[in-house]
Amino acid sequence: MLRDMTLGQYYQSDSIIHRLDPRVKICGTMLFIVSLFLFDKFTGYVVAALLLFTAIRISTVPLKYIVKGMKAIVFLLLITILFNLFLTPGEELISFWRITITKEGVRTSAFMGLRLTFLILGSSLMTFTTTPNNLTDGLEKLLNPLKKVHVPVHEVAMMMSIALRFIPILLEETDRIMKAQIARGADFESGNIIHKAKAMVPLLVPLFIAAFRRANDLAMAMEARCYRGGEGRTKMKPLQYRKRDGIAYAIMVIYVAAIIAVGFIPILP
Amino acid sequence: MSIILDHVNYIYEADTKMAVYALKDVCLQIPDGQFIGLIGHTGSGKSTLVQHLNGLLKPSSGNVYYNGRDIRDDDYDLKELRSKVGLVFQYPEHQLFEIDVFSDVCYGPKNLGLSRKETELRAYEALRLVGLPEECFFQSPFDLSGGQKRRVAIAGVLAMKPEVLILDEPTAGLDPKGRDEMFALIAQLQKKTGMTVVLVSHSMEDVAKYVDRIIVMNRGSVLFDNVPKEVFKHYKELEDVGLAAPQVTYIMHALKNDGWKVDEEVTTVAEAADEILRACGK
Repeated sequence: MLRDMTLGQYYQSDSIIHRLDPRVKICGTMLFIVSLFLFDKFTGYVVAALLLFTAIRISTVPLKYIVKGMKAIVFLLLITILFNLFLTPGEELISFWRITITKEGVRTSAFMGLRLTFLILGSSLMTFTTTPNNLTDGLEKLLNPLKKVHVPVHEVAMMMSIALRFIPILLEETDRIMKAQIARGADFESGNIIHKAKAMVPLLVPLFIAAFRRANDLAMAMEARCYRGGEGRTKMKPLQYRKRDGIAYAIMVIYVAAIIAVGFIPILP
Repeated sequence: MSIILDHVNYIYEADTKMAVYALKDVCLQIPDGQFIGLIGHTGSGKSTLVQHLNGLLKPSSGNVYYNGRDIRDDDYDLKELRSKVGLVFQYPEHQLFEIDVFSDVCYGPKNLGLSRKETELRAYEALRLVGLPEECFFQSPFDLSGGQKRRVAIAGVLAMKPEVLILDEPTAGLDPKGRDEMFALIAQLQKKTGMTVVLVSHSMEDVAKYVDRIIVMNRGSVLFDNVPKEVFKHYKELEDVGLAAPQVTYIMHALKNDGWKVDEEVTTVAEAADEILRACGK
């Protein structure tokens, strides 16, 4: 049931993208997203699409799987497109009743739609190819300089990795409790909104209790292994850049150079 | 009146390369009133199998019939099926949610749309059946001991008056005393109500004493399906799939090999003791 949700999950495989250093993937994704919002011509998106779909191809994650994750944001995407389409002032294109569609509106909504779609595809490629642990490791290392200004980088990273790790566990737990209550005749689907909300109680109460129980167990297990925060903590597998990471960075530089050279990004005068 | 599984297959993650056959060509018939032990190693597909019996999972291919009707038919009332085939999950106490024990047990019958009087009557009856002391009825379920919580959860399913009761590892996490009590309770329930009972376990030892029939699962298929005595004859094969026959089987076989005239087919400790005494001529 709930396991159909693919957004933000890891897809087990052994491609070169999977083996890249998480720092490379985080930087690459950030760069990609920033570039999406700087384009002001459609040709820019052709270059971005080229990069994105090549990367997806290399990653061996089935495209179907990634697109399935898009379902979660279809609603948001639709609202964004519609609002931009109808509410942008400018040169009138079509007009009926009280609604007018402008040339600028069509343009901005197309841009926004493309940006959001690419943003989700790009970032889900990162989460599909990087285990949560690796991801937070990379983030911790990248944010390390912030420690100098007393940002609790390690603690934040630890919280993130625990939160991420618990998503599948809690999903599984939800699935289990849901099935158990359905076996007792529960009905989570029919009825109006109030009815549905009431039907959630037998699911939510056990779920909260389970979450607290697990949190408690985890805290106990961490203490039993003498966890005392990041001070002086070393890693079993420290992150290390390899040749392929260098190549990936090089590709990023080429990407930036290419889009600047072709003049897709308006360079400041 | 029975459950029939006809060439049932079930595949997890069918569309990805992680696709796994959880059930492979399973054919079974479960007649009324039988006490069945469903045994298998972790991951052998026993939990997946029992979820097919009340329609929580739909077979990837093949059919499941309850009382002669295909449960995959569009007009089949699954809610009705779930009240007839009661399923108690592993660690059922984790699904308790109400403020007191009694209301929690009422949840099942209430979902069936019964009147308040009938609901409360059934809840009371079910709680008595599982032997919970009456002073606990209006306590919070979270204040009870582990074993008591589990009894409440089982009562929650019994209150729906199922014709078939399936218990998935009902003794997981209980101490030896709690385990014996739980098995005794289930055996007594079966005797009292005449329900069909399917007991899922990974331990032969536990179920041998109680059940009429043992179904052994291995990697999604049925390996053996027979009366306990016959199944235990294959004790060497059972070991190959990570299971074992009860210890008495081994002892009796060893005695027989040593030249003692004992019947090596006995299945319980009490029978074995009688057999050994008899062989000694006492």
